[in-house]
This record gives sequence, structure tokens and C-alpha cells, in this order.
Amino acid sequence: MTGQVSGEWPLYEVFVRGKRGLNHVHVGSLHAPDDQLALRHARDVYTRRNEGVSIWVVRSSAITASSPDEKDPLFAPSGDKVYRHPTFYEIPADVPHM
Amino acid sequence: MPDVRTHEPDDHDNAYAGLLVNDVHWAFGTDFEDPLAGVDATVPDGVEPAALATYCLMLGDDALVMSQRIAEWCSNAPDLEEDIALSNIALDLLGQARLLLARAAAADGAQVPALPDGSPVPDEDRLAYFRDVAQFRNVRLAEVPNGDFAQTVTRILLFSTWRLALFEELSRSRDAVLAAVAAKGVKELTYHRDFAGRWFLTLARGTADSRRRLLAGLDELWPLWAELFETHDVERAASGAGVGVDPAGLTADVDAVLDQVLAASGVDRPDHGPLGGAHGRRGRDGHHTGALGSLLEEMQVVARAHPRGQW
Repeated sequence: MTGQVSGEWPLYEVFVRGKRGLNHVHVGSLHAPDDQLALRHARDVYTRRNEGVSIWVVRSSAITASSPDEKDPLFAPSGDKVYRHPTFYEIPADVPHM
Repeated sequence: MPDVRTHEPDDHDNAYAGLLVNDVHWAFGTDFEDPLAGVDATVPDGVEPAALATYCLMLGDDALVMSQRIAEWCSNAPDLEEDIALSNIALDLLGQARLLLARAAAADGAQVPALPDGSPVPDEDRLAYFRDVAQFRNVRLAEVPNGDFAQTVTRILLFSTWRLALFEELSRSRDAVLAAVAAKGVKELTYHRDFAGRWFLTLARGTADSRRRLLAGLDELWPLWAELFETHDVERAASGAGVGVDPAGLTADVDAVLDQVLAASGVDRPDHGPLGGAHGRRGRDGHHTGALGSLLEEMQVVARAHPRGQW
């Protein structure tokens, strides 16, 4: 690599939907020079054992993440609200994915 | 094939849930004992078995030698992601080579090198590891040494554009094995071409340095391009018998695709002429550049040291 070329490619997060999956699942991250090649890299790195039917890639810098420091204010308050869980209803046997 | 399952059927949140479950992708060409399992290997009526075998060696050697060259990038690519991508491409081609060499051996056992009695080495490995340079039938584009990453991208673009057009036609072969190998290979080659095309465009429109390297790679490989469309007698006969493809007939389709990539990349088609042969003999005749000898030496040394070896 010569001086003016940056050796650092942006980081992408990869989401793959499996054959029987309903939603895309985060499987890891990788580097790529652009969005389209990120998709190809994701195919090569994360679906080479026949795992996926659909891939999403997104620049890691586009993701806003919660901080571990916020864990208590964000999540602790829901810990004792049992009435938010639909555990008091009968779910019919033929309703899937609950 | 044993019924292997690794997950519960209603495992929805696991991207790897489809792993190792039987489906069509695993049914053909992945049997570790018999590569041609599940396909009718009868030689079609009116086809000379020896000629069919030689034709299969041509297409098989293209893939084998190209695979070996690309595999040299393993652990040496510019980035981890590229390392895996190139290894995947090399492995796809190695799979095509295995099937085609196995088909050559099944059609005409006389072309398979003899080994000591009791050697467990399968026919396709004998053809890969125990033939000498002059018995290899690959086009010379596959064998010349690797340059930089840009040269490799260019070589994969040229090779896969040509081979994809060839396999699309070959999938209608009267030979059931060749038709099946081609149908499977079309999906792989479509990806190889897409991968190389995108990188070609990226490098051409990248920095001054990436563009300079790409143009140098194209210039270097261009003399080997014309050979891909020169019809050998064996190819002509295979095409006439409805089992093979006459590469001369692919020129228009392949040129159209390549010109599209070149135009998008702002790259002119080189105008220098093809590399000649010796007395008209080229790769398909067993006439090669010096580079193939050293490639085979490295590829074959372990197998030759252990002719009774089991791997």
C-alpha cells in the first residue's frame, strides 16, 4: 500500500436470516471497502456452510447502541412488572411463534 | 447419506439453524466416496469414450490449475475477508475439477495413470497428481503465475466470464454427468464473475495506484485471452456429438459481458495480439508455459511421495 491509500476499511455488522428463521440475526462483523462488497464478504465469511437465505449489512458507525452504564435505568425497572407479561392468558395451541 | 440434524425444527432465532440438514445442495458432488453418485455415467450413444474423457480433462484441468493458483492466496490476501473469498472460489473450482476428472476416468479408464497394486488413490486423484506437464490440457490463462491482487481479480474476471458462458451451454449436454456438473457450476461461476467484476470496477475507479495495477494486470493477461476461444479438434468433436461446447461460438456473448465491465470501469480493451504456441500447439495440446511445471511440482509432490497413501 502506498502512502495515500488508507489500509483501514469501514467496519460492517452482518445479519443473516437462516433457512428456517423468521428474522435476521446478528452473526458478526467484517471490513469492506463499500456496501456492495460488504454484502459479498458477508456471503463468503458467514454463509459458506449453507446457513443463510438473506443477508443484511450495515455500517457499524450507523448503529446507535445502549451503553452498559445505562443498564439499570433502561432495564431494571421492567424486572418487577409481571403484569406486562401475557402469562395470564390461555394461548391456543395452533398459534405459532409465541 | 445419513440423516444428520443439528437443531430443533422450530429454532427460529438461530442463523445457523439450516446447517448440516440434508437438502439438494448436498446431494450431488459432495459424496466423499463416489463423486459421481446419483448421476447416470453411461457414455451417450455415438460418443467416443476416449474423446469424451479428453474433453473432460480439458475442462477439469482448467479448474484444477486455476484452483491451485488462486489457493496460493490463502493466508496471503490483502485482507482476511479477501482471503476467505479467494479460498471459497478456489474450492468451488477444485470441486468442479474433481467431478470432471472423475467423469474422464469413468468414460475411459485407459487415460488414468497406473499406480502400484493395492493403491487406494482414487481415479480423479491419479489424474490430478500423477500426470506430467505435457498431459495437462488446461488453457494457459489458468497457469501463469500470480501477480498482485489486481492481476488475480482480472484473471478471475476473464476466466469466470468465459467459463460461465461455456457452462450455461454445457448444461444442455447429452452427457448426463457434464450437464449436471455444468448446472451446479453455473451458480458458482455466476458468483465468481460478480465478485471479480465488482472488484475490477472498484480498483479501476479507486486510487491512481489501484488503477495502474489493474491495467498492468489486464495487459499482462490479455495475450492469453484469445486462446480461450480457439477450438481444439477434441472440442469440435465433442460439440458435434452434442456433449461439449465449441468455445469459438461463445465469443459474442462473452465479449458483450466483458465490454460492459470494461466500459463501466472506464478501461479500454487492450489491442495487443495473442500469445502464440509452439508449432501451433497450445495449452489444450499439452504445450504450456514454464510456470505450469513448478505449479504441478508443488501440487503433486506429496501425493507422488506416497503412491499408496490414503488421505
